Amino acid sequence: MLNSLQDLYHIIPLLIVSGGILVSIIVEMYSKDSEKILFALSILVFGAAGLFSLYSVNNVSILFNGMLATGGNVNVFSFIFNIGAFIVTLLSADYIRKYGTYYGEYYIILQSSVLGMMLMAGAKDLFIIFIGLELMSISFYVLAGLNRKRYNANEASLKYFLLGAFATGFIVYGIGLIYGTAQTTSIDILTVRFPQLTGNLLFLAGVLLFLVGFTFKIAAFPFHMWVPDVYQGSPTVVAGLFSTGGKAAAFSAILVTLAALFNGNVGSLFTPYLIFVSALSMIYGSIVAISQDDIKRMLAYSSISHAGYLAIGLAAGNSEGTAGIIFYLAAYSFMNLGAFGIVALIEGENETNLSIASYAGLAKRNPALAALLSIFMFSLSGIPPFAGFFGKYYVFFAAIKSGLTWLALIGILSSVISVYFYLRIVVLMYFKDQGEEVIPSKSAMGMVGVVLSAILVVLLGVFPGSIINLISSFL
Amino acid sequence: MESNTLLTILLFAPLIGALLTMFLKNSQESLIRYFGLAVSIIVFVISLVVYYFFDSNNPDFQFIHKFRWIENLNVFYFVGVDGLSILLVLLTTFLTPLTLLSSWSGITSRVKEFTFFMLMLEFGMIGVFLSLDLFLFYVFWEAMLIPMYFIIGIWGGEQRIYASIKFFIYTMAGSLLMLVAIIWLAVYASGFLGYFTTSLVDLYQAGPTIPVSIQGFMFFAFALSFAIKVPLFPLHTWLPDAHVQAPTAGSVILAGVLLKMGTYGLLRFNLPLFPQASIEYAPFISVLAVVGIIYGALVAMVQTDMKKLVAYSSVAHLGFVVLGIFSMNQIAIQGSIIQMINHGLSTGALFILVGVIYERTHTREISEYGGIARLVPFYSFALMFTSLSSIGLPGLNGFVGEFLILTGAFKSSVLNSWLFSIVAASGVIFAAVYLLWMYQRVVFGEVKNPKLSGLKDMTAREILVVIPIFIFIVWIGLYPNTFLKLSDKSTSKVIEQVMNPGKSNLSLP
Repeated sequence: MLNSLQDLYHIIPLLIVSGGILVSIIVEMYSKDSEKILFALSILVFGAAGLFSLYSVNNVSILFNGMLATGGNVNVFSFIFNIGAFIVTLLSADYIRKYGTYYGEYYIILQSSVLGMMLMAGAKDLFIIFIGLELMSISFYVLAGLNRKRYNANEASLKYFLLGAFATGFIVYGIGLIYGTAQTTSIDILTVRFPQLTGNLLFLAGVLLFLVGFTFKIAAFPFHMWVPDVYQGSPTVVAGLFSTGGKAAAFSAILVTLAALFNGNVGSLFTPYLIFVSALSMIYGSIVAISQDDIKRMLAYSSISHAGYLAIGLAAGNSEGTAGIIFYLAAYSFMNLGAFGIVALIEGENETNLSIASYAGLAKRNPALAALLSIFMFSLSGIPPFAGFFGKYYVFFAAIKSGLTWLALIGILSSVISVYFYLRIVVLMYFKDQGEEVIPSKSAMGMVGVVLSAILVVLLGVFPGSIINLISSFL
Repeated sequence: MESNTLLTILLFAPLIGALLTMFLKNSQESLIRYFGLAVSIIVFVISLVVYYFFDSNNPDFQFIHKFRWIENLNVFYFVGVDGLSILLVLLTTFLTPLTLLSSWSGITSRVKEFTFFMLMLEFGMIGVFLSLDLFLFYVFWEAMLIPMYFIIGIWGGEQRIYASIKFFIYTMAGSLLMLVAIIWLAVYASGFLGYFTTSLVDLYQAGPTIPVSIQGFMFFAFALSFAIKVPLFPLHTWLPDAHVQAPTAGSVILAGVLLKMGTYGLLRFNLPLFPQASIEYAPFISVLAVVGIIYGALVAMVQTDMKKLVAYSSVAHLGFVVLGIFSMNQIAIQGSIIQMINHGLSTGALFILVGVIYERTHTREISEYGGIARLVPFYSFALMFTSLSSIGLPGLNGFVGEFLILTGAFKSSVLNSWLFSIVAASGVIFAAVYLLWMYQRVVFGEVKNPKLSGLKDMTAREILVVIPIFIFIVWIGLYPNTFLKLSDKSTSKVIEQVMNPGKSNLSLP
């Protein structure tokens, strides 16, 4: 009994979010002015869960008969998810009204998706991963189609659902094969039995299917086709969440399973696959992003190429790679959320002002927004002193250390290409004088969210030491 | 280990100034201008303090300030100055107030942003010259692109967008390759050192132990990045675009300081880190340098745009600097260092003067001018003086640098051929041709263009900008020892590091 009480103490972040969901449902049912209350509640839930995750980061333990891990990098992930969702909530405050979806469900589903992410990062059993994944994914499908009166939103939701379910099928089939050959779904036991299973073709097929399913979830080549359409059709702030929280959660699941399986070395057997995914995602994403005229589609292709940079860390398969991925995910989450946040502010009613041309001359009309978006663009293209640079530095470092210098060189090639389309936005904002008179919507909460992201991007860029230290100390 | 915060103060003063600028109101333009000027003058004064306490008999790094920045990667905040960098730091802090002053009439829109970016640029440039940790160096090296990109893109000419993007992508491509080489070098060196670090002083020890074949790759990865910045033929194509499109202040800083970062990088990193590879590839790089000297001069000769002409002359002048560096003897490298300063002063002044006349007539076409000597006598004198300095007239600064480089290259045991010197010397003659010919077409003859009739001579402010530069042009020309002695000992140390790799008795701070 005492034991399970302590267990409960360790999962306080999970409890906060679950409690938040339950309370939100009740509030939604009984309150007429539910939207404002739910907004405040979400802010409170995500803020508290995020900060508590960071506070209790050193309480490393395994709970519930080896089903769930807490502390260490699980909490770092939980921090990233919650603070990310915190920013998304801030951005949503005025956005969902503008978008015409002021349903109370919005915040409830948002919280459920975050709960799913946290379960994935903390999983010690393949089933928990699956439950977390489904909780997150199904919430995402709903969020994508939140405005059911819109054609684009319906398309996005359906496309996401069909392809997402297909990918989940791969994962389940993979888990099935793994269970069939190893007679367990516990990751710790799998790790012990792994040496005897390396020759078992069915087992390896299971792992590969599992990996393929997650390649879809991290939005990497060649399973990326859904990304641009879904991002374009979904509400902008939600697309921001897909590209950051969703990606981070999928990476966390890959890390907890495969990294454990191969004893910290995801590489070895599957290195060729990971290199393939990584190299092609980077190049494909960067090249196709150049020709995009819609900013959300551009950010979607940029998200594909960032999945490639992150996969460098997996291919490197050393502890530097893992640390690099976690840091990169934190950096990427904040810079990308910031970028999506500004897109959400610029976006007019009925999904107007989403073309890149809408940004022409923004620096004159709204210097603050232009300066902030420039910071995010420079960070996304990996220019110091912003967080994106250090993320790239660390994954390149991991790659070179494990002898994959040429993969780092491909990363560089893709970075140079990507500079072009990120800077195109800056060029339009600063170097073009005339443009359409696009007036950004006034949203104090939205601004807070964007400024918070920018502060985090700069802080992570200038002082990456302490967080890298923290992450590495758990590896 | 003593810790000295003097350099940190010097480094961060422009940043603080830039951030303070943001709090001023957009409408208070003249206040912003005076504030920017005051900050840059304060920075210059701080750099004079550094110069005052600088010990020119000490070949090692001085005023070191070092602490661990990113702990588990052994990345340091590590700044220090030695004979190779002190002059360049002084050049930076000297030119920045002058360019700010020179742009008072040229920059009329978004003055606040301009002042902000200029001070950020100064921060970045000083950082590049002071950094003694490769990671820190890289951060400054890349971060500095951002303000320059904005300066060209916002205040530049008609083709500014094309020029700024070309500048950015060109430079970034080279420097990212350097980033990989930095990591590769540090990973490789960790085998020798026993720990991973990007601290330059540690890597100086490890560099020579790397097998020459691998050194070659690293050498070229670094050299490519620096060669783009210099720019070394055939990587110079971004330069004319960037120079011509940039506003005067941008061109002055670009030519005066940014290009020197490339040659400084070769001297600071390539030579001591990869000594065997440097010796092996010295003839190859020197051939490119000599081709650049001739090519730059020939192309400059046929330019019809004054700014483009000066831009191509930079390609030629920097060719001398690179030739001097890869001659690898005391005379030549000393010459290169002084030539970097000379080029910063002369070409900086040339760009300022082109800017002065452009502001009045809005054209840079040489054919639009002619016969302005009687209209603007002081301007004509200033242009003559600067051209002669750039050509290398004995008694002015250019001569000292070129003479030392050519002498050094002639005697160089590494290049082992007098051909380099002979061919390069013809570049000096070409320089006289294109600059004097331009001078003749612009200043002498009859006034044919009616638009020139009301041309006004330089204002007191403009004269104030060029006079300090002229003082140094004469000073270096007549008594170069003041400057040469600063870099003397450090130059010997670099040569020692290259010629006897691994044996130099470096003191680990």
